[in-house]
Amino acid sequence: MDQTNKYTHTSYLENEGRFKGILSWLLSTDHKRIGLLYMNTIIVFFLVAAVLGLLMRIEKMAPGADIMDAQTYNGVFTIHGIIMIFIIVIPGLAAVFGNFFLPIMIGAKDVAFPKLNLLSWYIYVIGAIMGVLSQFVGGGAPDTGWTFYVPYSAESATNVLFALTAAFILGFSSILTGLNFIVTIHRMRAPGMGWFKMPLFPWSLYATAWIQVLATPIIGITLLLVIAERTLNIGFFDPALGGDPLLFQHLFWIYSHPAVYVMILPAMGVVTEIFPTFSQKPVFGYTAIAISSLAIALVGYFVWGHHMFTSGISYWSRWFFSFLTFIVAVPSAIKVFNWVSTMYGGSIDLKPPLLYAISFIFLFMIGGFTGLALGSLATNVHLHDTSFVVAHFHYIIFGGMGFAFFAGIHYWFPKMYGRMYNIKLANIAWGILFVGFNVLYFPLFIIGLQGMPRRYFDYLPQFETGHFVSSIGAFILFAGLILMLYNLVRSRRKGPWATANPWKGVTLEWQIESPPTHENFETIPEIKHPPYLFKKEND
Amino acid sequence: MFDGASNLAQGVDNAFFFIFAVAFVFIVGITAFMIYIVVKYKRSKGKPAMQFSRNIKLEVIWTVIPLILVILMFYYGWVGFAPMRKVPKDALEITAIGRMWEWEFDYGDGKVAKELVIPVNKPVRLNLKSEDVNHSLFIPAFRVKEDVVPGYDNYLWFTPYYIGDYEILCTEYCGLLHSSMVSKTRVLAEEEYEDWLANLEATGDIPDPEGLVLLRETGCLACHSLDGSKLVGPSFKGVYNSERVVVDSNEEITIVADEEYLKRSIYEPDEQLVKGFNKGLMQSYEGTVTGEEADLMIDYLKELE
Repeated sequence: MDQTNKYTHTSYLENEGRFKGILSWLLSTDHKRIGLLYMNTIIVFFLVAAVLGLLMRIEKMAPGADIMDAQTYNGVFTIHGIIMIFIIVIPGLAAVFGNFFLPIMIGAKDVAFPKLNLLSWYIYVIGAIMGVLSQFVGGGAPDTGWTFYVPYSAESATNVLFALTAAFILGFSSILTGLNFIVTIHRMRAPGMGWFKMPLFPWSLYATAWIQVLATPIIGITLLLVIAERTLNIGFFDPALGGDPLLFQHLFWIYSHPAVYVMILPAMGVVTEIFPTFSQKPVFGYTAIAISSLAIALVGYFVWGHHMFTSGISYWSRWFFSFLTFIVAVPSAIKVFNWVSTMYGGSIDLKPPLLYAISFIFLFMIGGFTGLALGSLATNVHLHDTSFVVAHFHYIIFGGMGFAFFAGIHYWFPKMYGRMYNIKLANIAWGILFVGFNVLYFPLFIIGLQGMPRRYFDYLPQFETGHFVSSIGAFILFAGLILMLYNLVRSRRKGPWATANPWKGVTLEWQIESPPTHENFETIPEIKHPPYLFKKEND
Repeated sequence: MFDGASNLAQGVDNAFFFIFAVAFVFIVGITAFMIYIVVKYKRSKGKPAMQFSRNIKLEVIWTVIPLILVILMFYYGWVGFAPMRKVPKDALEITAIGRMWEWEFDYGDGKVAKELVIPVNKPVRLNLKSEDVNHSLFIPAFRVKEDVVPGYDNYLWFTPYYIGDYEILCTEYCGLLHSSMVSKTRVLAEEEYEDWLANLEATGDIPDPEGLVLLRETGCLACHSLDGSKLVGPSFKGVYNSERVVVDSNEEITIVADEEYLKRSIYEPDEQLVKGFNKGLMQSYEGTVTGEEADLMIDYLKELE
């Protein structure tokens, strides 16, 4: 798959447009360059938040204060959550691979609003910087947790305002990206590409974009209300001012539950591209996967109450939210069966992207089934706000979205940079990551079942073994991350040249040069076939 | 952990068992099948990929079976949960108070304890009250948990089956010492419990000094401990008439924490801040605490050695 010569066309990496040097990136409206802007920003923030995570695990290696005091720990888990959720996972796949590949996969030259696209990145950066600043200015690092539950967040003397404003600003970036993608998908598909000839990654982005546009304003308004509560003393949520603390939880989760699907739907989209390519076989149950993305997005709006099962909501609300939570699990299960069936009978090439995609299924299944234990009323009462929840959402978000991101980057890397990474090294890094991940998070299920609460700086002696093992896993995981990043960063400039289609993919991005030209397509292709049509060898 | 320490444990554990059993079968089964596929269909020359992409019968099966399974899971969860909301009329009612960062159990008639002491085999209803932010009362062994939300009349109930001690934990994040907000349930035999309650009356009758009540109600104790431990601010223990190094407009001076200093610290906390603590964490209580109240508070501090 490697070639010895550099490509001869002028790719988006060389085509600088009107500006030169760094400005050719900072002022570019090319969706591919904006995708890379997002990716580099995200990687930097991810490393910061991962180090914070590692520090928390070191702190919890032994009971008592080891390397930090309680106030610092509370600040660290807060900013770890804010960065990971609002700066990395929510924009993550859509902003990086969505920006880079959505236009190409539907046969367009760019997104519908390229300037708005660049503006979204700037809004995102401003929000991210505010989030970081919240650590250093004012009355100390915020200590409310990323959930900002009132009344604590209304009363904490720390710099909660900055963090709230940061999350508020980041929301706008998310809304604008969603809007851009919806219009792009509606208006800019290549001639002949009907809705059901569209690849499934764009489908998942479409479902995601609607959640971003419709749900994000709710969190924006909610955070504004908390700001008004803190600065103007208007009682919306704080009972001391005549407000209702549960109202905050409702409004918060009306956004933040669908936000989980903003994280996981594009992840499902990414692996749905990978399975057919590495099996040389069409996606099994194309229609079911496309429709189940929309179904998840739709039903996902009506399950927020399962975050509040123990908050004192009424008996029948608990019943209703639990029932719907179980129903929303079904489309996810269907997708798993479809992915496995896509591989069945194929011609399987176990390259790093597929390794990550298969481990995505494994980790996503563990995350999903433990999610069912949390969705069930009786078991939720026991598990709510324990480390079982922490393990569950790390399996879904890191094991799901994170591993899908790693799968995606290893899949599309040769397309993005025109070079190939070291496959052997990538496999080793995968192995370390996968082992480290499970050693880190699985013990948290067990101590959670035994009653270890989350967000605890210190813990009772019976949880010591679990915490210790988990901390060892953190070091392994971190080593894997560094190795993976080293391989990728190094190969951006030093990897061997890659051909245009190293994996023998059939979607549109593999039919153009690597890296793509500024315009992607010389002439806009006409679509005559369904998206996953592999030639039979006897054709 | 599956020792069924309360009447509710069995229902919860049944739901656990069903969900985890199904999960185990599916996770192991699907993972094994994926490994089988990867090995069996490894790419090689002369072994082309099959090109099928749909099978309506299969797709219907794997929609309907998971649907049935999840509805069953929902059902088990519901059945285990329903009794948690049906409190028997004869339940012993105790008010559980959560505040940053301790639990208190009010037995009525001024009888208050830091630990939850209850008789075995008798239903207990805890009425949950918060004095500040959200907390959540969790007794893992009994499989009960409910948030303690200010302004809400939340409750939980259970019948303990065995005599013994069980942990009470706070599971809703509530600030600095959230992880220290732990207490104990002591389940006693009926007679022992009656004895305990009778003795409690003697100690519970002495009212707290006015100054302490004020310190508690104003929220001072959230940041200043009474036992010498360092929280957000310095401890109140032994503070009166002690020598302190304070920072006065960037200059370090040593002062004696007399009445005047203590009073000033209530109204202008940042003026002479004890070295090692950060500015801006404490607000001025000007307009909140009257001069008389401040005197009462300081009177109490005088006794706290």
